[in-house]
Amino acid sequence: MSKGLMLYPEPKAATPEGKPPFPYILLKHREIADIYRLEVYRANSGYEALAKTLKEYKPDQVIDLVKASGLRGRGGAGFSTGMKWSFIPKDESIVKYVACNSDESEPGTCSNHEIIVGNPHQLIEGILIACYATGSKIGFIYIRGEFARGARILERAVEEARAAGLVGGNILGSDFSCEIVVHRGAGAYICGEETALLESLEGKRGFPKLKPPFPANVGGGVYGAPTVINNSLTLATVPHIMLNGAEWFTQWGTEKSKGIAIYSLSGHVERPGNYELPMNTTFRTLINELGGGVWKGRKLKCIIPGGSSMPILPGTDEVLDTTMDFEGVVARGSMLGSAGIIVFDDQTCIVGAVLRLVEFYKDESCGKCTPCREGTQWLVQILHRLEHGHGRPEDLDLLLSVGGNIQGKAFCLLGDSAPIPITSAMKLFRAEFEYHIKEGRCMVGSGSNRSPKHEVAVAQ
Amino acid sequence: MNNGTTASEHKLSEEARQRIYALRNNYPEGRSASAVIPALHIVQAEIGFISTEAVGEVAGLLDMLVSEVEQVVTFYRMFFTKPVGKYVIKVCDSISCYLRGSDELLEKGKEKLSLKLGETTPDGRITLMKIECLAACSAAPCAQVNDEYVYNLNPELFVAMLEELKTAEENPYYLP
Repeated sequence: MSKGLMLYPEPKAATPEGKPPFPYILLKHREIADIYRLEVYRANSGYEALAKTLKEYKPDQVIDLVKASGLRGRGGAGFSTGMKWSFIPKDESIVKYVACNSDESEPGTCSNHEIIVGNPHQLIEGILIACYATGSKIGFIYIRGEFARGARILERAVEEARAAGLVGGNILGSDFSCEIVVHRGAGAYICGEETALLESLEGKRGFPKLKPPFPANVGGGVYGAPTVINNSLTLATVPHIMLNGAEWFTQWGTEKSKGIAIYSLSGHVERPGNYELPMNTTFRTLINELGGGVWKGRKLKCIIPGGSSMPILPGTDEVLDTTMDFEGVVARGSMLGSAGIIVFDDQTCIVGAVLRLVEFYKDESCGKCTPCREGTQWLVQILHRLEHGHGRPEDLDLLLSVGGNIQGKAFCLLGDSAPIPITSAMKLFRAEFEYHIKEGRCMVGSGSNRSPKHEVAVAQ
Repeated sequence: MNNGTTASEHKLSEEARQRIYALRNNYPEGRSASAVIPALHIVQAEIGFISTEAVGEVAGLLDMLVSEVEQVVTFYRMFFTKPVGKYVIKVCDSISCYLRGSDELLEKGKEKLSLKLGETTPDGRITLMKIECLAACSAAPCAQVNDEYVYNLNPELFVAMLEELKTAEENPYYLP
């Protein structure tokens, strides 16, 4: 088999000259293939940000600079990174930790693994700076278990960095000492939820915990110590900001969403891939220009703009002309989330797609709270009979009712997210759901030729 | 299903035990339970699944209760509590892979291997299963062979992969 199938594919030439649409920052490994090696990373300004930080900045000044850059968390919530760091107690007698959330599992999001495999030192440097800024002596990298190769690469990179005096005691001759621990999970979407991640890191089941205390509080983080939890992309961005300054970062983006982000483009497009772009780029530019438009010459039906937990948006001009910043997407009735953009063509049966989306939450529900554990199973049962031609007239109201009894009543955001594909799809495409009930088959796509009531195992 | 295996084959080698004990150094004093997931990865790599015997050994090495280790084993999807095939093929069937044909791969796999999802071929070589989002959405449909990724599949490539795995000595999809 071809080795090509084993390496994460870059999008096919996004411009006629084969140049990236925007200069690579976090994705530099696409130009410098060996940048995963320490000597190559250092030859390309690697660890200069750390050296500069240790020499020229006090921890508080690092926090101020990151605040000034406007960097916001890339994991989904979009909270100010500098602000988050500032919540960590300053008292030196209190032990603190940094935990990098590399548990990338949100359907539609696929950028963390690429930057970890391609450029592990960039992430390690970012974690070291975060540890320095918050007074932490250990930075944990919680990497999802399936990223076995990513974990191997990170472990090798940590050893390389340690041998060069970049990890461990008295880093670069300073009085700053810090360990980096690569910690592999073992397959659980819920561990991307920050309190579940902490439980998992302590060697327990990944059950979310009640907040407060928040992870930054005494009693709230790992081992009860104040803990900063940041996404891999967020931390990998930090060295670039420290090296080039806050203003360098704020030159891009919008008033409230600064800088660049990596957008994962997937689904029915000609050129899926991870695209690193300024945060004021429109969906039209990403999907139609860079992504080559909807595949097979078909028309756009709808998109999910930020990973599968975000409401579906219609494929209208108004949506396409929206900028992919936190506020722009909210104004259209959805959220940017983890910047995973999923494209659906006009031959997609929305009922089938929604069933598949909700099955994910059913399978990944941790089982801790009843509304989510039971509710997601009911949602899937009802959607399953709808999809397979056994729907009942009352099913649409029933779906909304069950969904409403999960949202706001579940322990964490997983439960709140599960009904979102249903509510948002029904708002846009209710006729397709009704068609499924009346005709017993799909209104569009290959399933429209199917005989009604074709599947046997259906919930009663 | 590994007929004829004896209890001793379900125990850890001395080397694995030492590696697990050394994992304690990664975590602060008194926090050895943190090493349980990394430890169970070592167990599964050596034995092929998480045996009852190994659960007891891990508990002893990390100062945990057997029940605490069991809770972890049964919660996390990657840990198998029974023997599986030499190669476990996990096909992602979440939304981005679904949109680009992951169900076809699963159908082909079931047909070519004559099994249902979750089953292992009689020769013990291949287990076929589906898995939730592997976070390779822009390289869909994707799959894993054991813990190694295979990107941008299609039915023809998938069938070729199955053929290859029927005889492969080592996982051909392993990259260091």
